Amino acid sequence: MSAKIKKYAGHPLKSAEIREGKVPTARWRPKAKYMWSAGVAMSRFLNELKNGRIIATRCNKCGRIMVPPRVFCEQCFKPTDNWTYVKDTGTINTYSASFIAGDASRIKEPIIVAIIDLDGASPGMGIQHKIGEINWKEVKFDMKVKAVWKPPEERKGAITDIKYFKPV
Amino acid sequence: MSIEKISDPRQVRHWPGHMEADYIYTHGIAGERFFKEIKENGRITGTRCKHCNLVYVPPRIYCERCFEKLEEWIDVGTKGTIQTFTVAYVDIDGSKLKQPTTYAMIKINGTNGGLLHKIGEANLKDVKIGMQVEAVFKPKEEREGSVNDIKHFKPVK
Amino acid sequence: MFGKKRVAIVGAGLTLFRRNLKETGKELCYEATKMALDSAGLTLKDIDSVAFGSAPDAFDGIHMKGENMIDSAGGWRKPFSRVFVGGGTGVFTANAGWWHVASGLFDTCLVVAEEKMSSCYPHPAHAFTTIFDPIMSRPLGTTLIWIFALEMHRYMHRHGIKKEQIALVSVKNKKNALDHPCAQLGANITVEDVLNSEIMCWPVQRLDISPTSDGAAALVLASEDVAKKITDNPVWIDGVGWCIDSTYWTNRDLYYPDYVEYAARMAYRMAGIKNPPKEIDVAEPYDPFDYKELHHMEGLLLCKKGEAPKLTEEGVTQRDGDLPINPSGGLLGVGNPIAAAGLMKVCEIFWQLRGEAGKRQVPGDPRTGVAQAWGDLMQYGSVIVLRR
Repeated sequence: MSAKIKKYAGHPLKSAEIREGKVPTARWRPKAKYMWSAGVAMSRFLNELKNGRIIATRCNKCGRIMVPPRVFCEQCFKPTDNWTYVKDTGTINTYSASFIAGDASRIKEPIIVAIIDLDGASPGMGIQHKIGEINWKEVKFDMKVKAVWKPPEERKGAITDIKYFKPV
Repeated sequence: MSIEKISDPRQVRHWPGHMEADYIYTHGIAGERFFKEIKENGRITGTRCKHCNLVYVPPRIYCERCFEKLEEWIDVGTKGTIQTFTVAYVDIDGSKLKQPTTYAMIKINGTNGGLLHKIGEANLKDVKIGMQVEAVFKPKEEREGSVNDIKHFKPVK
Repeated sequence: MFGKKRVAIVGAGLTLFRRNLKETGKELCYEATKMALDSAGLTLKDIDSVAFGSAPDAFDGIHMKGENMIDSAGGWRKPFSRVFVGGGTGVFTANAGWWHVASGLFDTCLVVAEEKMSSCYPHPAHAFTTIFDPIMSRPLGTTLIWIFALEMHRYMHRHGIKKEQIALVSVKNKKNALDHPCAQLGANITVEDVLNSEIMCWPVQRLDISPTSDGAAALVLASEDVAKKITDNPVWIDGVGWCIDSTYWTNRDLYYPDYVEYAARMAYRMAGIKNPPKEIDVAEPYDPFDYKELHHMEGLLLCKKGEAPKLTEEGVTQRDGDLPINPSGGLLGVGNPIAAAGLMKVCEIFWQLRGEAGKRQVPGDPRTGVAQAWGDLMQYGSVIVLRR
């Protein structure tokens, strides 16, 4: 704030004053439900997950094998050319251990999250997933990991058809 | 060449979800005083800009035209004029309402502002643009400091 | 010179930043805007246009927030537009104001940014989860802090940076904020306090993060001829830049913000800056997390890749150092009402260059400053270069 200005607007409140109704408020909970279409490329990707395989798309101009797959190459700005399977193994690009849930509340056993660069895709082509069967303190950068799939009858065609990746 | 497109719609996958959002809105500086007057005194208030000679209802702490701070609060009475109205036969999901509801924009007399509210105690066919109406408040013990502390507006007899 | 007209900042305004403010978003907007107008000695009649910025509607819980805020931002019956680039919005709104005037279309423009995150209950983190891809990310339960933790960890790994080094940023900024009258979290803390604070998503701990806040900020911009009539000390917008990278964030190497570098290069080219560390006297890079200040110093080319932690350890980035970084206290100290926080940084550079920053004034009569914000899925950079 400028040294020339002496007073600043704003009436601070404590969160408790709001919770306990000491300040008049209006409450509203939107009813917002959605059905997100996976679209052309991701529908095929999800259908392949159901089969226990990971599929990518390739752009013949730049040669990139891209996962998640997409119908267009955002760098060459042209349609992608082929489908190609990549492996369900990869290396940990980066990771974190989360002690909080979506609503900022605390969870006891941390969720290990990572970006996994998949084998068979172009370098640096990672997907986001969880890491399991290891203590979070043992996880390392560049560690080799492999997908742990749900049994076929439990797969739904969702990213969660892979339970997590575990160290090889 | 490009990758083949989906021709069988059953092959398109979806993920269902919802936005888990919950909100608590403070009434703000002007809103807090406005609703307090309604709740405790059954009074509708506005703020006046003396430069622009405007009375804002609902009240604001500033004049949108000259941007001066507004500090003059006035009791604007409970009567107004129907500027326009609509009759709702369906609810937000499109289901038929048991009882059609009339919603009107009511200009509060002697002010430059107004309220959107329901019209009650009137036959549907009698509601007219230009009609004089007045606020009917809920009993004091039922009021909670919201726009619904006004039950509806009814025609002035 | 880029654009048809040179553009000056002639006034600035700010409200308190707090976890909860009683004022509505509109009332906060009004207070900041009115203060900016008063400080420029102008009234709403003198204003030709308004550029408004605010982050996702899901925070305030008011859909089409731009339309809701219009009268409180001075937009009544004026050409008004809202711009939105996630967390980068605050600085980008100033950039948008610049082109309103630089184009020759308007002589004056109000730049206003607002956020009221406290409406979102119980915590705005929940609203943040809706920014993620519904097919790849949301089914995993992705939260905002996850993705930043992944970026921070990658940055630390590539350069071998220690948590102790990063924590120094939080210590510095919270201390700087003690001198900021609008600050929410000014404090004297130690590196140990940061390292002992609760783990959110390793390596992110409680004191590595800025708070959620309510607040508003505003600027008045004027063309050169108008500015010279109303003030003896205009601050010129000599460079603007913005850039966005791929939304496929798991396909990028997160250790370095290329998009910030591109945005900075665009702004520096416009301002004729060839050697940023030498030519820039004071900087306000975006610091919603402590590591982001370092990450962004590098992206802004204020030092080499991986060198920012060392400069911080050596005290170079202190208010009395050779290159003061976030003398305001930044988002870590002043608070983080997203768009308003970005614009607060532009306000700070404005006051620093005018010599009006009071206790926060950096020594050495600064002439050139840069502010930067960052947003969307760790992919967007907006940069503004100011000169006296």
